[in-house]
Amino acid sequence: MPLPSRPPAIPAMTRYFVKKAITLLILLFLVSITVFAVLFALPGDPAQIILGINATPETLANLRAQLGLDRSFSAQYFGWIGGLLTGHSSMSINYDMPVFDLILSRLAVTGPMALMAMVFAVVISLPLGIYAARRQNRTGDVTVMFFTQLGLATPEFWLGILLMLLFAVHWKLFSAGGFPGWSADFIGSFKALLLPAFALGVIRAAILTRLTRSSMLDVLREDYVRTARAKGLRERTVVYVHALRNALVPVLTILGLQLGQLLAGAIIIENVYYLPGLGRLVFQAIGQRDLPVVRDIVLFMAAAVVVVNFVVDFAYAALDPRIRVK
Amino acid sequence: MTQSLLEIKDLSVYFDVPEGVARAVDGVSFNVLPGETLALVGESGCGKSVTSMSILGLIPSPPGRIERGRIIYSGRNLLEEKEEHLRRIRGNEISMIFQEPMTSLNPVLSIGRQVAEPLMVHRGLSREDATAEALSWLERVRIPAAAKRLEDYPHQLSGGMRQRVMIAMALVCQPRLLIADEPTTALDVTIQAQVLTLMHSLKEELGMALMLITHDLGVVAQVARRVVVMYAGQVVEEAPVADIFDNPFHPYTQGLLRSMPRLGQNKGRLAEIPGTVPVLTETIAGCRFAPRCAHQFDRCRIEAPPLFEIADGRRARCWLKRYPDRRKAHV
Ligand SMILES: Nc1ncnc2c1ncn2[C@@H]1O[C@H](COP(=O)(O)OP(=O)(O)OP(=O)(O)O)[C@@H](O)[C@H]1O
Ligand SMILES: [Mg+2]
Repeated sequence: MPLPSRPPAIPAMTRYFVKKAITLLILLFLVSITVFAVLFALPGDPAQIILGINATPETLANLRAQLGLDRSFSAQYFGWIGGLLTGHSSMSINYDMPVFDLILSRLAVTGPMALMAMVFAVVISLPLGIYAARRQNRTGDVTVMFFTQLGLATPEFWLGILLMLLFAVHWKLFSAGGFPGWSADFIGSFKALLLPAFALGVIRAAILTRLTRSSMLDVLREDYVRTARAKGLRERTVVYVHALRNALVPVLTILGLQLGQLLAGAIIIENVYYLPGLGRLVFQAIGQRDLPVVRDIVLFMAAAVVVVNFVVDFAYAALDPRIRVK
Repeated sequence: MTQSLLEIKDLSVYFDVPEGVARAVDGVSFNVLPGETLALVGESGCGKSVTSMSILGLIPSPPGRIERGRIIYSGRNLLEEKEEHLRRIRGNEISMIFQEPMTSLNPVLSIGRQVAEPLMVHRGLSREDATAEALSWLERVRIPAAAKRLEDYPHQLSGGMRQRVMIAMALVCQPRLLIADEPTTALDVTIQAQVLTLMHSLKEELGMALMLITHDLGVVAQVARRVVVMYAGQVVEEAPVADIFDNPFHPYTQGLLRSMPRLGQNKGRLAEIPGTVPVLTETIAGCRFAPRCAHQFDRCRIEAPPLFEIADGRRARCWLKRYPDRRKAHV
């Protein structure tokens, strides 16, 4: 049977969208202030680090003025945010190029990797969770639960290294790290992201499988599932339409929140696999006190999480008509 | 005698619970005739729902299991049928309505879709045709502005409206038997009467049989032709409706009648049957009702009474059939 029928009621949906969009903007503003304030308060003078300890006070003062570090907190904040909003990027201290361009080029690695990881996570966790729920406390369920427990206890960098040793070093099916670039070698680039994305995705799948299972177990006990059976629907329809649509609501929420952890995981896994992604960039930028880069990437990542959760809220409302009216 | 539409024979359904084995249904037999309204009554927990859910194979397993018995429909034992055959009967030849209209409809699917589904799966109708037919059924159960309601979700409807939707959904394939498990218990009194009247008139129109589960004897008096009284997982009395009200045999049935609110009687304390239902996980030597029975004597506590034939079409599980003079006059 084909999945959900028609688009949800428009006016309720529009109201819901506007409300959520306003919340989103306020949230983004607060995030930007927090990011800025934290980095502002952080000890360590970028000018000093760039010029080294032998710099004269004059050159230091000059560089500070050039970087805008001598201005007040609010002046610096509004200068930064104004720049972001009008599309004027600050320059990276270390790379001598606009931070926007830097982020964009690195996003070409991290974006697809995060997406692939999410796909892995969903493709693994949904069927496994449903399978486990339908065989509650039987061998299949216990086995699945054992592996999710294992997954929860496994650090992703360790799994990343293990996969690399196995597939790249031992079986030589993949290259052990590095990234050829999409235009130079598309297939190679895809393959380079496969293992790290899998490592990230499998770890995410552990928690998502458990969540899908428990959500599905709750829903399978519901009266409307009994009604669906009593109507003579096929078991497929009962499970994948009547039960799953309800069970997905909580799973989706967590899926959105998982993105934050995924980006944190990316920082580590990109270092394991020598991938020139956002995570590696921010890691290096912190080491080099490349303040503009750190600031913009942290804001970007935070904004990505907030925006994805906004989208999730939306999907949530499309899935559950009751949310639209609340 | 007319050929039964459905025959339940010696049905036992047990549940494995932490305390042991709950014999929720223990040797229940009765039949449903074509086109009749049969009421199944008894206190909460006596096994009415479990009995009715066994018919469609809806007992959750685990913890439930059908211990023994047969359920004969169209010459076949439903308990031994393949899941696929049972599925073709559900919602098509035998439909069921549940107690809780608030939770029995799927919150994320539209009303129209939920009512149309049985038509698509059993009649093979296209979505458009099924929806058109669903609409005519929503009108038949008197849902105002039904066309606008097709796209609505359950949370947008009142309890009474939802139960009407449930009825429409159960009837779209024009079943031969409708099992209604306390269809009005969760509704306001005024709505209860409306829904009941609606169900009864549709039943007459379609000529289907109705198995009405309830603990409201007022409802029984209104619509039923025959009554089966259950107590602690067993049938204790079975009789035409007039006999149940005018001349109940079993002390439990008499107690039920006394606890029934009458017209004019205000909502004060009703004459309740003293004591509580036995724990289903414990084996009871004698009659299960004996501890609460005003007429009980030694034999009742030692040996469980069989289901005696009282008259043609009347049965009662009580030793008073054998020892009529033990019946106390004043209670
Ligand atoms: N899922 C279950 N798990 C364990 N025991 C159950 C389950 N369902 C029913 N039972 C047992 O079966 C007994 C009878 O339940 P049933 O729902 O048939 O009662 P009922 O007569 O329909 O009562 P009510 O009027 O409250 O609906 C219960 O007392 C309970 O012990
Ligand atoms: Mg019940």
